[in-house]
Amino acid sequence: MTTAPLSNRLYGPRGWACIAVFAVILLVVFPVLNLVVTPDSPFHVSAYWITLLGKIMCYMMVALAMDLIWGYTGILSLGHGLFFALGGYSFGMYLMRQIGADGQYRVNMPDFMVFLDWKEFPWQWTGSEHFWWCALLVVLVPGLLAFVFGYFAFRSRVKGVYFSIITQALTYAAMLLFFRNNTGFGGNNGFTDFKRILDYPITTPQTRMVLFVITGTVLVAMLLLARVIVTSKLGRVLTAIRDAESRVMFSGYNPLWYKLFIWTLSAVLCGIAGALYVPQVGIINPSEMSPANSIEIAIWVAVGGRGTLIGALLGAAIVNGAKSWFTMAFPEYWLFFLGLLFIGVTLFMPDGVVGLLGKIRNRFNAQRAPAALEKAA
Amino acid sequence: MSAMPPETQRESGDQESPAYGRVARPGVDTTHGAILYLEDITVSFDGFRALNKLSLSIDVGELRCIIGPNGAGKTTMMDVITGKTRPDLGTAFFGQTIDLTRFTEAEIAHAGIGRKFQKPTVFEHHTVFENLELAMKTDKRVWPSLRARLDSAQLDRIAATLELIHLAAQSTRPAGLLSHGQKQWLEIGMLLMQEPQLLLLDEPVAGMTDEETERTAELCNKLAGQHSLVVVEHDMDFVNRIARKVTVLHEGSVLAEGNMETVQNDQRVVEVYLGR
Repeated sequence: MTTAPLSNRLYGPRGWACIAVFAVILLVVFPVLNLVVTPDSPFHVSAYWITLLGKIMCYMMVALAMDLIWGYTGILSLGHGLFFALGGYSFGMYLMRQIGADGQYRVNMPDFMVFLDWKEFPWQWTGSEHFWWCALLVVLVPGLLAFVFGYFAFRSRVKGVYFSIITQALTYAAMLLFFRNNTGFGGNNGFTDFKRILDYPITTPQTRMVLFVITGTVLVAMLLLARVIVTSKLGRVLTAIRDAESRVMFSGYNPLWYKLFIWTLSAVLCGIAGALYVPQVGIINPSEMSPANSIEIAIWVAVGGRGTLIGALLGAAIVNGAKSWFTMAFPEYWLFFLGLLFIGVTLFMPDGVVGLLGKIRNRFNAQRAPAALEKAA
Repeated sequence: MSAMPPETQRESGDQESPAYGRVARPGVDTTHGAILYLEDITVSFDGFRALNKLSLSIDVGELRCIIGPNGAGKTTMMDVITGKTRPDLGTAFFGQTIDLTRFTEAEIAHAGIGRKFQKPTVFEHHTVFENLELAMKTDKRVWPSLRARLDSAQLDRIAATLELIHLAAQSTRPAGLLSHGQKQWLEIGMLLMQEPQLLLLDEPVAGMTDEETERTAELCNKLAGQHSLVVVEHDMDFVNRIARKVTVLHEGSVLAEGNMETVQNDQRVVEVYLGR
């Protein structure tokens, strides 16, 4: 007798269809509309949109990472902006080295170092002229920091709001550190004025489109990875930790390693998102580490719907889409709107947009087939 | 059953032979007949002695009932055995070799002690089936969990446990939707999936209807012999129905021990507990 076999499928046919449609839009439609269709055509997609969408896709990755640790494992991090920024800085070092002697001072050194009268690169910059080394740092720096921090926090069984506050303090401390010129990362100006990536000029439409396509592909890959995790037994252990950690322990699991795994993975995903963000947006500075930024990440996930991957993606897209529009139309009201949105979601949509859609669908189905519902009840 | 691989047959053979079929399992050495051995355990919370030189020994395959008034130290004793609380003094051994005071909760659970909490704790957002799947004895490290797939023997084990705890019809429902009594059963079922040698049940019939209590008593009687059981309970009818040997705790130490009749006629026990 087999009872309720667990579904090992990643997605149903409809899920795969959605992903396929997304991939086609990303890999075919946008490149054609941006590069082939001429700017005077109404179908032309401008560079502004490509950059904006690329940026939002990076935020969607961060939301996905946040959802794994918060929505699925119940650990609210208010410091995920730090991992994002560290990934960005790691890759930014490479972009700074690629400027070469084209900076303002015409010296083979980043402008801020010349300005500070430094004669040689500080130790942190060792190897940063190599693409592969910086790409490795993108994964290693956030990963190692998260692993070490997480090991001590989870081993001491720091939980709930205490954990959130510590992560908040961590990102704040890092921000203050990066503001200092002596840290060697450009102080409050951070990195900007990038010229090249892998020796290709960074501002041409072709390079931008390649970055855009890579970002979209990485996003889909991350979604599938997250889906593999949450549909596995590992994922069920994670949600079990969220719901009843003591029962998990008394069932013979050590929650420490589970939390540490998902926490570190989440940080690495954020780091990768940051690395893809910097060349598209063209700047990284310590304000990315400000506590407000990290709180905003939590809001994206709450708006979309915690504990559903699609909810995290939707939340990041909706909030950031609204933000771009708002900051153009009514720049001074954006923060009020964000606050209202968070309060509204908490009060009226505890399961976010996805939960709301589910409710609407249920009501719709109930109206269409009241007889079936009565039968089920 | 005949189509099962040999591994499973040995397993089910185990469950039918009383107690001693499990002795040879690696990890727990019970050559002297005791599965659990506590000596002079003392636990203080801010000067209050929850346990005061408690000594207790449980034999392999035994079903022991522990009773005692509120604050007698019953739950604290469970906490010490499962590694949740560290004793200030005393020794606690699982079998001959496993010093319980030196291991974490997860390690103790893995060694073969299963615990049911006073308040039923199941994974409310998981289905009944998934609850049992998560509890099942298997490699519980991170990487194997990512790659875990249920084989047919494991599916059969889950199905058998679902039958045993009368939840086969509920297997796809979220555990949070079960009644209080059903949650208690599910938790017992989860313990059984861990294949523990020692089961600790903290108030298994609290909040159950008479009929559910009856069925739980049946279940306990069925389990006794296959596993060693320690049952903490207030419901004297229930204790009467399953008790072989009863230990009475009072103010953190053992007041009396013996079969139900002896204990009930003990003058001191009547004074502190039964008489009221």
